[in-house]
This record gives sequence, structure tokens and C-alpha cells, in this order.
Amino acid sequence: MIAESMYQELILEHYKHPQGRGLRDPYDAEVHHVNPTCGDEITMRVKVGDGGKVEDVSYDGQGCSISQAAASVLHELTTGSTVDETLAVVDEFTRLMQGRGKVEADEDVLGDAVAFAGVAKFPARVKCALLAWMAYKDAVVRSSK
Amino acid sequence: MSTGFDVERIRKDFPVLSRELPGGRPLVYLDSGNSAQKPTQVIEVMRDHLAMHYSNVGRALHALGAESTEAYETARDKVAAFIGAPSRDEIIFTKNASEALNLVAYAFGNPITEDPRFRLAPGDEIVISEMEHHSNIVPWQMLAQRTGVKLRWFSVTDEGRLDLSNLEELVNERTKMVSIVHQSNVLGTINPVAQVLARVREVGALMMLDASQSVPHHAVDVAALGVDFLAFTGHKVVGPSGIGVLWGRGELLDAMPPFMGGGEMIEAVWMDHSTYAPAPHKFEAGTPPIVEAIGLGAAVDYLSEIGMDAIARHEHELTGYALDALGEIPGLKVIGPKGLEQRGATVSFTLEGIHPHDVGQILDDNFGVAVRVGHHCARPLHLRFGIPATTRASLYLYNTPAEIDALVRGLHHVRKVFA
Repeated sequence: MIAESMYQELILEHYKHPQGRGLRDPYDAEVHHVNPTCGDEITMRVKVGDGGKVEDVSYDGQGCSISQAAASVLHELTTGSTVDETLAVVDEFTRLMQGRGKVEADEDVLGDAVAFAGVAKFPARVKCALLAWMAYKDAVVRSSK
Repeated sequence: MSTGFDVERIRKDFPVLSRELPGGRPLVYLDSGNSAQKPTQVIEVMRDHLAMHYSNVGRALHALGAESTEAYETARDKVAAFIGAPSRDEIIFTKNASEALNLVAYAFGNPITEDPRFRLAPGDEIVISEMEHHSNIVPWQMLAQRTGVKLRWFSVTDEGRLDLSNLEELVNERTKMVSIVHQSNVLGTINPVAQVLARVREVGALMMLDASQSVPHHAVDVAALGVDFLAFTGHKVVGPSGIGVLWGRGELLDAMPPFMGGGEMIEAVWMDHSTYAPAPHKFEAGTPPIVEAIGLGAAVDYLSEIGMDAIARHEHELTGYALDALGEIPGLKVIGPKGLEQRGATVSFTLEGIHPHDVGQILDDNFGVAVRVGHHCARPLHLRFGIPATTRASLYLYNTPAEIDALVRGLHHVRKVFA
């Protein structure tokens, strides 16, 4: 019964009812990221407004529940925040995922993304959880160019 | 269900099948198409050789060198007999099936050989199929990049069969080689070799079979098949990893250039040129995987003693049981033939709305059921069916109907989690 702890209710909820899914205009940057080993993929667009405020993160993709739920949670956490705030979340999320299940998550920073803590215990699935977040980081960097 | 086959006795030969996974889960190993488990008979032979007889082969003149060489070359005899090779010298030990396929691809358009069957002219073609493992796609793509030869392929029907409707056009007088899989690692389909070969002979081309998924499961006789080359790998026939086999017709092997240069593949070496040993040694540069080859010899002994026909019958009945049981699961779609005709014990499927990685994770963590999930190194085939991945249960001589039942219970649970 190890994996049940990975499939938190919140993750399954986001998987079944993804938030902000679908590609939208306008946007400053679009990126496409894939996991070559499992075929998961995501296309993500980012629109950054005045004062570095993230106005929209839209995405489309396919993959397992972990990768798709991660994109949905990311959309919720980033939209409306400033780029700097969201990059702090990306860093904390990455630290959690790469911590082999031994890192205590900072819930204040991560919000709902803390539900992914269980994924860190499954090395083969960490890249699923990180796919959307790495795409987001890439898109933000490109949008500022 | 009884298969008239003492599967419980066979299971005792495989130590891993009686172990528990963390959390007290029993192991239900349905991933033999990926790699098979090993019987004590193989493990003991390898352990004994490493402990008591080990030395390099071919180049050591002492007692251990003689024992090691004897054991290594006896393994070649065993493999030759197992696949019906007319000559032991036609058995080349490689590190896996991929190396065997690369070795043959490397012979084409290679200035070292002048044999017309391996020479490439503008407009020449190589034919593969859409159901190939990447190991029978990429080496030919690389050949095409090196030489400009045109790569073409058979399509796959909706039922998961080779589409032979354009056989006459696809295999034509420009064709130099047709290299296809004997039994698909995803669909389970067993391909109609004779029909393709008849056309290959008409146009004077060569034919190779990737038999990685057929040699482990039913009797394969290269002379009866009549093809020119055949590749398979040791770790899927209850042998160790690190050892594969290329069988080729002797006169073709003689005409081919070496693949790798190095020790033991030579006849004589000067500073500016070399002459090569005859096959098989021409293709076995460097110290080979000695203990692995000996382990492979023990593996084919083990399978022969049980009997390949008995193994094939057991798997056939088990596959029928699995197809029936899986067919009862709502939303489950088998990718590949739904019937048992010309089909092996590999069953791949999708479960509506649930990604295979989620299926595999829950099967493993909750039920100890080991399946493979993903594209199984056959991405073009998955693209053909418009899906990114499948869940694959691949059965072998040690699997039981009770293990299929465990898979089915697991899949019902997966559906509940994602309902």
C-alpha cells in the first residue's frame, strides 16, 4: 500500500478536473517539454504583465496523473503571483522532489503542491512531477528575453 | 484451468519467485518479455564456472584456459543445436540482440567487402516494419544516414498484423535486405515469415529476423525458417544479460566485414594491415562475455529439457486465459490480436482514461504485480495506434492462471482509484 500515499486525493482531483488547461492567447513565450523515457509531454504558455505579474499560465499535454496534476496545481499557484514569487515555489518544489522523500516540505511556500511530497519516494516518478515545473521555469526565462 | 504442465515444479527452479516484496507482497512477475527470471540450474553453472574454472578463452594455454575455452565453445554447440543451426561456426556471441542487428547492418555499403549482396548502389532499399523494436529500426536508420540507402517499412493493420497488401511493391528488385521481428514484443503477433521470405527470394534480397521474443517461447529452427540471419538475446531465455546471439548463413558470414577490430578476431596483424579469423571468431573481438555465454548454454539446456513444445502449449493456454479475463474489464482495450492464432504470450493493453504509468505503479505497489508500462522500445508502433504508451503483461513458462487473476484484481482496483 505504498503508492496510495503518492496518489493523494488532491492529486487525483486535479487529474480528473484540471485547472486552467488549454492553450490561450495572449502569451509571451511558449515551450514544449517531453520526458523521453515515458513519453509524457507538455506545451506551456506564459503571459507576464506589468510589475512582473504572471497573468496567465496555459498548458496542454498528455501523460500520467502525476504529470498532469502537477501542471494543474502549477497553474493555480503561479497565476496572479509575481515571477519572483513563483520562482521561489519552483525552487522549493524541485528541492522537495529531489530529496528522496527525506526533505521536509515548506507548506507556506508550496501550498497545494505539498501533496506531491509522496512522489519524491519514487525516483522513477519524480520526473513526472517536475515536467510542468521545468517547462514553466523555461517559459519564464524566455518571456523575459 | 490445467495446462498439463507441472508449473509448480518449474516455479521451484526459480528462487526469486518465492520471495516477498517489501510490505509482505508476493511477487507476481509478468514482465518476462522485458527480461526473464533465472533458474537455479543457470545460476549454479555460472557460479561454478566463476569459482572453479574461470580463465580467459582461446588465448590461455594452461589448464584453466583449456577448461574455460571448452565450456565457452560447448555453449556455442548447445546454442547451435537449440536453434537448428547447420554449423556451430554460424553462432556468433554478441552482447545482446541489438549488437547482432548492428553487426549485420554494418556489413552493408562497407568498403571492406566487395560481395555484391552487401554493396549498395543509389536507389537501393532496406525494408523493416512499423512493429519493430527500436533495435531493429535505429541501426538501419544509421545505415541509411551513412550510405544513402532508402529505408522503407511494412505497415501494421488495426488488428496488429503485418500489412502484406503491398508486399510485391515494397519488396522489389531494389531491396537489399528485409529485417523484421519474428514475434512482436508489444502485440504478441507472430509474423508470417514464409510468405515474406518467398518474395525476398524472388527479388534476390536477404532476410533477417529479430527473434528476441520468439526463441524464448517456442521452438525456432533457422534451417526450417530458411532466412539468412537471426538475432536473439540471452536474458530473455532464462539466461544472463550481457550475452546475445547472431546466427547467419556461413557463406554470408564469410563474405561480411568484421564489426569490431581487436584481439582474437585476427589471423595475422602487421603494422599496416591485418587478416581476419574465420567466423565466428572474426566477429568476436576482445575477451567475450565468457561466463554469460556458458550461462546461456545452461539456459538452453534447461529449456530443452522441459521441451519448447511443452512451454509453447503452456503459454498458449495461459494467453487464452489472460485474453478472456482481461476482456471482462470495462474500458480495457487489447492492442494486438484478440485471438490465439499466430500469437505469443505478450498482451498489451490500454485502460480508458488511465495512464499506463499509473496502472503499473498501483499494480506494483498494491499487488506486487510487475508489468511493463511505456512504449516498450517500440515508439513508432504506439504512434501508429495513436497512443503514447501501453501496459504490457508478458508471460512465460513459470506463470500461472492465479497470477493472471492477481493482475485482473489489480486492474479492477486501479479503475476504482481513478474512477
